[in-house]
Parts: sequence; C-alpha cells; structure tokens
Amino acid sequence: MAAETTALRPSASPLATAWARLWRSRRMAQRNILVYRHQWIIILSGVFEPIFYLVGIGLGIGAIVREVTVADGTVIPYAAFVAPALMATAAMNGAVFETIFNVFFKLNYAKTYDGVLATPMGITEIALGELIWALLRAALYAVAMFLIMLPMGLVLSPLGILTIPAALLVAASFAAAGLAGTSYLRTVNDFDIPMGLVVMPMFLFSGTFFPITIFPEPIQVAIQLTPLYHGINLIRGLSTGLFDAMDLLSVAYLVAFFAICLWIAMRQMERRLIK
Amino acid sequence: MTLAIASTRVFRRNWLVYRRLWHRSIAFGFLQPLMFLTAMGVGIGSLIGAQQQDAFGGFPYLHWLGPGLMSAMAMQTATFESTYPIMNKIMWGKNYEAMLSTPLSVRSLVGGELAWVAFRIGTLAAVFLLVLAAFGIVRSPLAVLAVPVAMLTGVAFSACLIAFTATQRNDVGFSAIFRFVVNPLFLFSGTFFPLTQLPDALRAVAWATPLFHAVELIRGLVLDSLDLATAPLHLAYLLVMAGIGAYLADRLLKRRMAG
Repeated sequence: MAAETTALRPSASPLATAWARLWRSRRMAQRNILVYRHQWIIILSGVFEPIFYLVGIGLGIGAIVREVTVADGTVIPYAAFVAPALMATAAMNGAVFETIFNVFFKLNYAKTYDGVLATPMGITEIALGELIWALLRAALYAVAMFLIMLPMGLVLSPLGILTIPAALLVAASFAAAGLAGTSYLRTVNDFDIPMGLVVMPMFLFSGTFFPITIFPEPIQVAIQLTPLYHGINLIRGLSTGLFDAMDLLSVAYLVAFFAICLWIAMRQMERRLIK
Repeated sequence: MTLAIASTRVFRRNWLVYRRLWHRSIAFGFLQPLMFLTAMGVGIGSLIGAQQQDAFGGFPYLHWLGPGLMSAMAMQTATFESTYPIMNKIMWGKNYEAMLSTPLSVRSLVGGELAWVAFRIGTLAAVFLLVLAAFGIVRSPLAVLAVPVAMLTGVAFSACLIAFTATQRNDVGFSAIFRFVVNPLFLFSGTFFPLTQLPDALRAVAWATPLFHAVELIRGLVLDSLDLATAPLHLAYLLVMAGIGAYLADRLLKRRMAG
C-alpha cells in the first residue's frame, strides 16, 4: 500500500520517502494518545511499579544487605545497584505491555489496523507509530525513575544523565521485539508464553536484584545472551560511573536486536494484515 | 435448587472451560515458584551473610522467602481470576445474564465462583508446597495446612474483588488495583523482608492489611515457627474478610445484574 503511494511520486528520493513515512506514522501515536485520554490511570500507574520495587527491595532488602560487590570488585550500595536495573525493567515493561497486550487487541479484536490501512498509512507507518508511542510511554517511566533516583543519591556519576537515552534504546528494542512476537500469538491464553517464559524470567535473572556472578559459568553465558541483561548492564554502568569500552558491546547488541526485531515485526504485520 | 447444588453448577461450568487449559496452568504453577525461588531466594540469599540471618528469624533467606511467595501467589491468582474473567462474564461475554435466565441465583454465582477460586488456589498451593519441599524448606508435616490457609486467602481476596468488579464499567480500574493494591501488598507484607525493617507507622499499616496475616500463618506452618498466641487473630482476620467480601459481592452483583 505504502509502495503504491510512493510509486505515484517517482521523483521522491528514498530519504524523503523514509522521512515522509516517519512523519506520517505520528498519526498512529496521536491516535493512541486520544484513546488513552480517558484511561490515563493505566499509563500513570506504571510509573509507580518500579518505585514500589525500589522501596521494597532496594531499601527493604538493602537495609539488611547494605552493599554489593560488582564484577570489577567495586563495592556499591545495594539500592544504587538495584535502582538502575529497575529503570531498565521499567523501560522494558512499558514497551512490552504496549506492544504485546494492546497491539494484540488492535490486531485481532478491534481490527484497528484494518481501518488505518484504508488511509494513506501503510504497514511501515503502523509499526513505526506503535513504536513511537511505546517509546513515549517508556520514556515517561524512565524519566520518572531517574527523577526519583536523583534526590535519593542513587545516581553515582554525572554519566547518569545518559541513562535516559539508554533507557530509550532498551525500550525501542523491546517495543520492536513485542511487535514481532505479538503477531505470532493466537488467543489471549497465549500471553502466558511471552510474559511467563520470556519477560518474567528476564526480569528475575538478568542481574536486576543480584550480580549474575553467583551463577555457574554456562548460566551466566545464557543470561548474557538476553537483551535485558545488556539493558541493565548499560544503564547500571552509566548511573554508577563504572561504564567502560566493553559496555559499548551492550549498545551494539541492543541496536542489532532492535533492527532484527523491527524487520521481523514489519514482515509479520504485512503477513497478518495484507491478505 | 439449594444454594450448594446451584453453586456446583457454576463451578462445573468453570471446570469445563478450564479442562482445556489445565496442563498449562499447572506447568506455570510449577515454573513460577521455581523461578522466583531460584532468583530471589538463592540470588538475593547469596548477598545475605550468616550474621544478617537474624533479621529473618535465623532462617536462611530462601527458606524465609518461600512461604511468603506462596501466600502472595494465592493473592495474585485470586485477584486475576476475579477481575478480567468476572468482568467478561458480567459485561463482555454476558455469561451471567444467560446463567441468570436459568434457576441459578446471583448468590449461587458468587458461591460457585468462590468455590472455583478455592479449587484453583488449592491445586496451585499444593504444587507450590511440593516445590518448597523439593528445596528442603518444609520443616513440619503441619505444612499441609498451609494449603487450606492459601485457599482461604484466595477466597477472601476473590470475594472482595468480585464485589469491586461488579461496580466497574470498564477494565481501567483493574490496572489501578494491580498497581496500587496488589503490588504494594506483594512487596510490603513481610513477603520479601521482615516488617521490622519498616518505620513504626508503616508497620502498623502492614498489620492492617490482609496479605500480612496470610504470610504469617503460612510461614509459621511451613517453617514450624507458628506463634500460637497470634495465629487465631490472623485466621480470624482472613475469615472476617472472606465473610464481608462474600456479602458485598452478593449485594453488588445483584444490583449490577438487576440494572
């Protein structure tokens, strides 16, 4: 569909076409904002989830544990160890809740995208639009978390400000992964699979609440293959100031993961929507 | 038709639907405690030194956490089962409307749903107890009593939430319940860390909340450390909550289905 629209204007350069698509995709995000106007509590309540975990685990357990020794032998307060990880998981949750539950509903029940496709918007615009919206939601969670961490003294380095763009990268990766995965789900009971077998285990095992070095080597390697591990590693590195050149690998991992997932998402959406 | 028989019919309806999904439910019933115990119990436990164990009544953290998670599972399952699925039967799928056109009464709907939640949580709690036993956490044969306590906890939460769901016109309120009620209870009821870590004022609040009482009972039974002086109070709290919840659920659902 989008291909037809651009075919009408053969003079447009590929860059201009790409920009036009990106610009058009804002409509998808605008639509979501309009829908959520009456359900803002759903979005806003998500802000509190990482904060509750920070107080409950970070301070509650932190009062007993006090300090944790990270990979290079540096000792940091337990709450400062957990907080950046919760920022990463908040970005992940914001992105996957949006792209799994809501996109599934729009794809299979509300048939929202069938309606959207009757406009000048195509598959690319839908995917990008949902991505932008998920990013906005995740950005809210990441910034809120950062603003809580700051006065609590949990941002240990000036590099900490970079946790916000890093959280956006994490959110973009998971939003793309969510979009790609949702198109494979058939019924509401299938939500158990991405949530119970992917999101929950990553939340628990990616070094959120304790260093992964407590596990045997093969399990550590398996954990290092997951995107959340890299998200946490990156954000924690920035907020504690322990960031080094090796952590650029995490950035590379997330960028590659994002690109691959986005490609799968577009291909799958096309398959599901254009028959 | 007596209330008991009518409730059985509602229970049977849920069973027929569940029959196609039970294996997945039991599989996740095993997996979830396994993952939580390995991650939180073993993981966080590894950060807690021997001297710091005093904060957890002298138990290793994994042992202390396990029964707490079992109580939280009862709350979370009951909450989930009593929000979206009940809303579906009231509004989206209109199952209750159809059921009420038969000799069933609203009271038997509530009775059947509560019996169903008790059954679901009973099976999940039994699975959970097996996992706890596999981790070597169970210290007394009396631990089997933790299963009925978990069922009571589930029924108490479920009754209150059916009452809440009966007043809702869309599912927006459920997000608020999960985020502002269930999650804080999960984290601050002495599940993950002892309430002695909280300031006095907050500790008083925790005493007033339901999950705390379930955690105390279940932990006491599993770890064989039950305080017989306070146990009847905890039990009474849960029984009263279940009673009030069932009364409200019946009234509010009646009003909803009439309107």
